[in-house]
Amino acid sequence: AENEPPWGTPCTQLLVFVATPGCDGFPNLDSKENYKLSVSEGSLLLSADAVWGALRGLETFSQLVGRDENGTFYINETEIVDFPRFPHRGLLLDTSRHYLPLRAILETLDVMAYNKFNVFHWHIVDDPSFPYESLTFPELSKQGAFNAMTHVYTASDVQTVIEYARLRGIRVIAEFDTPGHTLSWGPGAPGLLTPCYSGKDPSGTYGPINPILNSTYQFVTSLFQEVSAVFPDFFLHLGGDEVDFTCWKSNPKIRAFMKEMGFGEDYKKLESFYIQRLLDIISSLGKGYIVWQEVFDNGVKVRPDTIIHVWKENSTPYMEEMANVTKAGYRALLSAPWYLNRISYGQDWMVAYQVEPLKFEGVAEQKDRVIGGEACMWGEYVDVTNLAPRLW
Amino acid sequence: RYYEYMFGQSWRRQRGRRPLGPRAEPELSQLQVVIEARDPGCHSYPHLASSEAYHLTVTEPVAILKADEVWGALRGLETFSQLVHEDDYGSFLVNESEIDDFPRFAHRGILLDTSRHYLPLKSILTNLDAMAFNKFNVLHWHIVDDQSFPYQSIYFPELSDKGAYSYNHIYTPTDVRLVIEYARLRGIRVIPEFDTPGHTQSWGKGQKDLLTPCYSGEYPTGSFGPVNPILNTTYDFMTKFYKEISSVFPDAYIHLGGDEVNFDCWKSNPEVKEFMKKQGFGIDYAKLESYYIEKILDIVSSYNKGYVVWQEVFDNKAQLKPDTVVQVWMGNNYAHELSRVTGAGFTAILAAPWYLDYISYGQDWKKYYSVEPLNFPGSEKQKKLLIGGEACLWGEFVDATNLTPRLWPRASAVGERLWSSSNVTNLQDAYERLTNHRCRML
Repeated sequence: AENEPPWGTPCTQLLVFVATPGCDGFPNLDSKENYKLSVSEGSLLLSADAVWGALRGLETFSQLVGRDENGTFYINETEIVDFPRFPHRGLLLDTSRHYLPLRAILETLDVMAYNKFNVFHWHIVDDPSFPYESLTFPELSKQGAFNAMTHVYTASDVQTVIEYARLRGIRVIAEFDTPGHTLSWGPGAPGLLTPCYSGKDPSGTYGPINPILNSTYQFVTSLFQEVSAVFPDFFLHLGGDEVDFTCWKSNPKIRAFMKEMGFGEDYKKLESFYIQRLLDIISSLGKGYIVWQEVFDNGVKVRPDTIIHVWKENSTPYMEEMANVTKAGYRALLSAPWYLNRISYGQDWMVAYQVEPLKFEGVAEQKDRVIGGEACMWGEYVDVTNLAPRLW
Repeated sequence: RYYEYMFGQSWRRQRGRRPLGPRAEPELSQLQVVIEARDPGCHSYPHLASSEAYHLTVTEPVAILKADEVWGALRGLETFSQLVHEDDYGSFLVNESEIDDFPRFAHRGILLDTSRHYLPLKSILTNLDAMAFNKFNVLHWHIVDDQSFPYQSIYFPELSDKGAYSYNHIYTPTDVRLVIEYARLRGIRVIPEFDTPGHTQSWGKGQKDLLTPCYSGEYPTGSFGPVNPILNTTYDFMTKFYKEISSVFPDAYIHLGGDEVNFDCWKSNPEVKEFMKKQGFGIDYAKLESYYIEKILDIVSSYNKGYVVWQEVFDNKAQLKPDTVVQVWMGNNYAHELSRVTGAGFTAILAAPWYLDYISYGQDWKKYYSVEPLNFPGSEKQKKLLIGGEACLWGEFVDATNLTPRLWPRASAVGERLWSSSNVTNLQDAYERLTNHRCRML
C-alpha cells in the first residue's frame, strides 16, 4: 500500500558477541546475565559478558520479533541494556506428591527460559513418594516410589534434566528434605526413621529421621555423597521444615538421649543437633546449602554463607522474617507470597506481581542479602494434567 | 467407542487372537443390548422426558443390558465400561452384577461459555465425551455474550462477521451441526443460550440499531446498552433470528437469558424515557424489561419452542407461560429462590452452588458434592418441579488451554449428585470412587 512506511533493508543475521563464554560450564549464583542488544538498520547485535547473558538476550530478541498481517517478520529499531535485579530467580516443582513425567519437567524448563528464570528447585522426594533412583541405595526408590518401574527418575533422567536446564542457563538445585518429610525413605532404609511409640510399645508408625543413631549419619553421608556428585550446582537444598516432634517425644530411647544430652524438653535442640551434623557433612562434601526458615527460626548454628528460604506467610509476617534473617547476616530467598499452588479465582497474578521483596525495615547491607526468590508449585493437587495451566 | 474405552490399545484382546482351548474361569463372551420400546429412538433426539433407565445383568456367559430407550442403553453401556477392570496379569475382569439404575434428576447439564473465550470444536467435543463418562445429558451452550459473537448466523452473517473475535473464531453451521450430532450420539441435548436483552454488546457490531444508544444529557455518548426494547425493528430482527435458531437447534428448549440487565443506559435515553411514560411504567424499568421479555417469549413460543430463562426474568415479575423453566443462579439464599420459583408453579433448574469457574485451593469438589438440591422449604409437588441442575464454567478465565483440568473431575461431583439417589452422600466413599474415575477419564 502506498501509505505504508517503507521497510528497512532486511536483516539476515543476529551477531552474538560473548566476552568470556563459558559454554561448557554450569551457571552459578555469580554468573553474569547482563546483555546489550542493538537493533538498527542493517545491524543486529547482541553482546554479553558470559553465555548466560547471551541466552537472556536471545530470549528478549525473540520476543521483539513481530509479524504483520502479510506474514512479514519485522523488528523495531531498539537499544537495550539489560540485567537482572536478583541473581536467584527460581521455580519449585514437587515430584513427590505427584510424579511428574520427564516431559513435564523439560516443558517447564522451556517456559522458565521464556521468563528468564534461572533456578529449578527440584523438590524431588518427600513423604508420599521417593522417585529418585539412587545408585548407592536402590531400595529407596524400589520401595518408596509410587511405582518403581514407571514413577522414577533414573540417573539418565536426572542428567537429562540437568543438561536441558544448563542449555537454558538454569541451575538445578535438588532438595532432599530432612529430617521431616521423609516417610517414603523408610521402606527402603529400615532403621532410618524414628519408630513411634504408643506407651511402651512401638505403634507401627514412623516419624522423622532418627537423630540419635550413628547409622543415620552414615546413611546420610553416603546418600549425600552421591547427591553431591550427581548434581553439579554448588548448592543443595536440605529442607529442614515442619519437623513434627510428637513421634520423637513418644520414643523412649530418644527421651533417654534428650536427658543424656541435657536438652530437657526442648526438642528444637534435638532437631538442631541433627541439622548441625547434616550441615557439617554437606560442607565436608564441598557444597553450600539452602534451608527452609525453621532452621534459622529454631536457632540452629549454621555457616555464615547459608541461604535461608523464607516461606511462612503468617506465623511471623514474612517481611519481618526477611528482616530478621538478613539482620543476622544470612542471605535470604523469598517464597512466602509466591505459593502458586494456592489457586484462587480471578487475576491473582496481580497479587504476586505487587510483592516488593525489599519492602522491610533494614539497612542497605541487609537488602543486599536478599538474593532473590522462588515461585512454588507444591504437588498435592498438581500432576501433568494440570501443571502447565496452573503454573503459567 | 466403548470397546476402545474398555480394552484400549490392547490388540491382544481382539477377537480371534485369543489362544483357543478351554479356560478354567467363567468367561463373559458377550454383552447383549436390548431396547424394549417399539421405537428405540436411535434416529431421534433426546429430550427432557426421555427414559434413561436401564437394567444390567452381568453373568456367565452373556451379560444383558436392557433399557426402554436407546438413551438408557447409553447410560448402561457407560456403567458396564466402568465395571470392566484389568488385573495385574492383563486379564480383563468384570464382577457378577445385577444393576437397576435410573437418574434422580432428568436435567443434568454443563454450561460452557464460548463468548468470553472462543473454544475450538475439539475442546467442545472432548468435553462432550467427559460429560458422557459422567452421565450428564445437557450441554447448555452459552454461545454468545458481550465479548464476542462466534455463532455464524445464516440470516444475519454480519453478526459474526463483525462480532466474532476473528474469522478463525467462529462456529459455522457445519460446526454447530457437528456438535449437535456428537452430543446426540451420547444422549446429550444441546440447549443454546442467546442471552438478551443484556449481555449483547457483540450483537451491536453486526446489527445496527439493535442496541440502545446511551445518552449523556442530550447527546449520545457513542456507547450502547442492552437491546432496544422500544423499536419495532428489534422485534422484526428477533422474529427472524429466532426462526433460524429454532430450526438450527433441534431441542425443544432454547435458553433466552434475561440476566443482569443494567438499566442505566435505558434511563439515559430520551426516547426510552418517552416510551416508559407512554406505557405507564413510571420509573420502574423492570416493567420495561418484562415488556421486552414477554414479546420475545411470544416470538419463541410461536416457533413451538419451550424456553429457559435466568431467575431475574421471574424475579422481575415478567408474565411467563406456565411451562417456562427458571434457572436459579444467584448464590445468596438460593434455597429461598427455589421455593419462590416452584411455589409459583414454575419448573426450576439449580446452578447457584455449582459455579465451577470459581476455583479455590484444595478439594472443593466436596462442597459441590454436599449440595442437596431439594433442601428448600416446599411441598412434595414443589420439589417435583426441580428438574435438575447445571455445573457452570463461565469463560472469563477459561479457554482451551485450561478448560479440561478446571472443569474435571470437579464436575463429576455434580454429575453424581444429579444422577444418584439422595442417600449417596458419604464423602470418603465418594473420594475413593472419584479418584478411580478420574484416572479412568484420563
